[in-house]
Amino acid sequence: MTQKRVAITGAQASANAMRQINPEVVAAYPITPQTDVMHAFAKFVADGKVDTELILVESEHSAMSACVGAAAGGVRAMTASAANGIALMWEIIYIAASNRLPITMNVVNRALSGPINIHCDHSDSMGCRDAGWLQFYSESAQEAYENTLMAQKVSEHPQVLLPSMVCQDGFITSHAVEVVDLLDDATVKNFIGNYTPKYPLLNYEQPMTSGPVDFYDYYFEHKKQQMDAMEKAKTVIHNVFNEFEKITGTHYDFFEGYQLEDAETVLVAASSSAGTIRVVVDKLRSQGKKVGLLKIRVFRPFNNELITKKLENAKAVAILDRSATFGGFGGPLFTEIRSAFYEKTKKPTIINYIYGLGGRDLTVELVQQAYSELEKPKQGPTVRTLGVRE
Amino acid sequence: MTDPNTPPREPRYNKKYGYKEIPIGGMITDFMSSEEYKSGDWRTFRPIHIPEKCTHCMICWTLCPDSSIITKEAKFIEFDYYHCKGCGICAKECPFKAIDMKDEKEFRD
Repeated sequence: MTQKRVAITGAQASANAMRQINPEVVAAYPITPQTDVMHAFAKFVADGKVDTELILVESEHSAMSACVGAAAGGVRAMTASAANGIALMWEIIYIAASNRLPITMNVVNRALSGPINIHCDHSDSMGCRDAGWLQFYSESAQEAYENTLMAQKVSEHPQVLLPSMVCQDGFITSHAVEVVDLLDDATVKNFIGNYTPKYPLLNYEQPMTSGPVDFYDYYFEHKKQQMDAMEKAKTVIHNVFNEFEKITGTHYDFFEGYQLEDAETVLVAASSSAGTIRVVVDKLRSQGKKVGLLKIRVFRPFNNELITKKLENAKAVAILDRSATFGGFGGPLFTEIRSAFYEKTKKPTIINYIYGLGGRDLTVELVQQAYSELEKPKQGPTVRTLGVRE
Repeated sequence: MTDPNTPPREPRYNKKYGYKEIPIGGMITDFMSSEEYKSGDWRTFRPIHIPEKCTHCMICWTLCPDSSIITKEAKFIEFDYYHCKGCGICAKECPFKAIDMKDEKEFRD
């Protein structure tokens, strides 16, 4: 195995993963900040680096529809989107998961309108959290690259057969140039393996119907199958992480701790914010403060048992949600994590920060403020905002 | 007359299968299995053939959306009540008023 160290953006890193996966079909429609993924991938198509049929469709609804058609036909299909594009493909996002088609979509997280905004928050992918897709969150360009490769393999596993979203932060990760280690093509090809579709429609020796009407007599059973597949995906993800670790030497987990073992106060966050928090952890540790970080890599399926083990030794935990749940009791990460602790006797005080909406920076100062407030977590409301002006 | 409960062939789907027993994603992997699906029990009104008035013009056969007019050698034979949903197009369009729509209640216990 050889690696190539390059300086590329998160978007280019995702496009390189797509190039190495070499899907038969990619269908996409441009939307900021996802456009750079497809820009880079379209160049690979034009340069003959992939065998992909690139379908330039007229909307995101069509992009996901074309992927559903291709995947039902029995081939690998991929796309990329963001924010309002994801909102427009909403109907087909559910259909892709319900029809059990292992499509991988790079999501470059961006705030949903309105008012219209092109910068990062997680409201787009978090809005899809109940759609039946696996969700991987990437801290860096490196993780966007690696998560795409691993997600593809997990999605295609016969016990899973669910689509994957691989998320990275719009602009912060997608447009920033970082050092990325790319695996050589042969290693990736070998890791991904050949794809054998379960029910290919293009098999004329066994005609089949995909996506028929499904009423009260069987719809529920098909939903139960999806729940079951999500549960099984936990084991498959664990195994794929271990397999990929043998190639890259990096350890992967659903939730990844930093200075977590003896930490008394812990921040939990997904994607690029973890990088900022890491810097603050180092700074506060040098002052003797027992602070730690838990980064969310996999949000769907949500490994509730594992997260309680990771956080049970802390005194106070703040969950950072980069999306608001209007009228709900806290953001999506918070409600899941706090709920996971309900039956546990050993549990920290858990509070929630909504932060970073519409691309609002999570600064070092804000992270320090959160750690400082976490020393007395019960002073103030359980669900708070971080970085909004009064 | 075709027994409304008799399917065109041995049905495989009378049993309600559990979620572990069926293909995932709502896939239908058996070719032409829709024939076995009993759409006849959706019926509220049942078409009744009046042989004295029928001229076997085949307009009902042409217009039936569910292929539920069974014919033989260009003669009306019977309705396929296993599939007929009782839409009433045949009765409405019959130029000779040779089809009557009766309330399904009259035929059920």
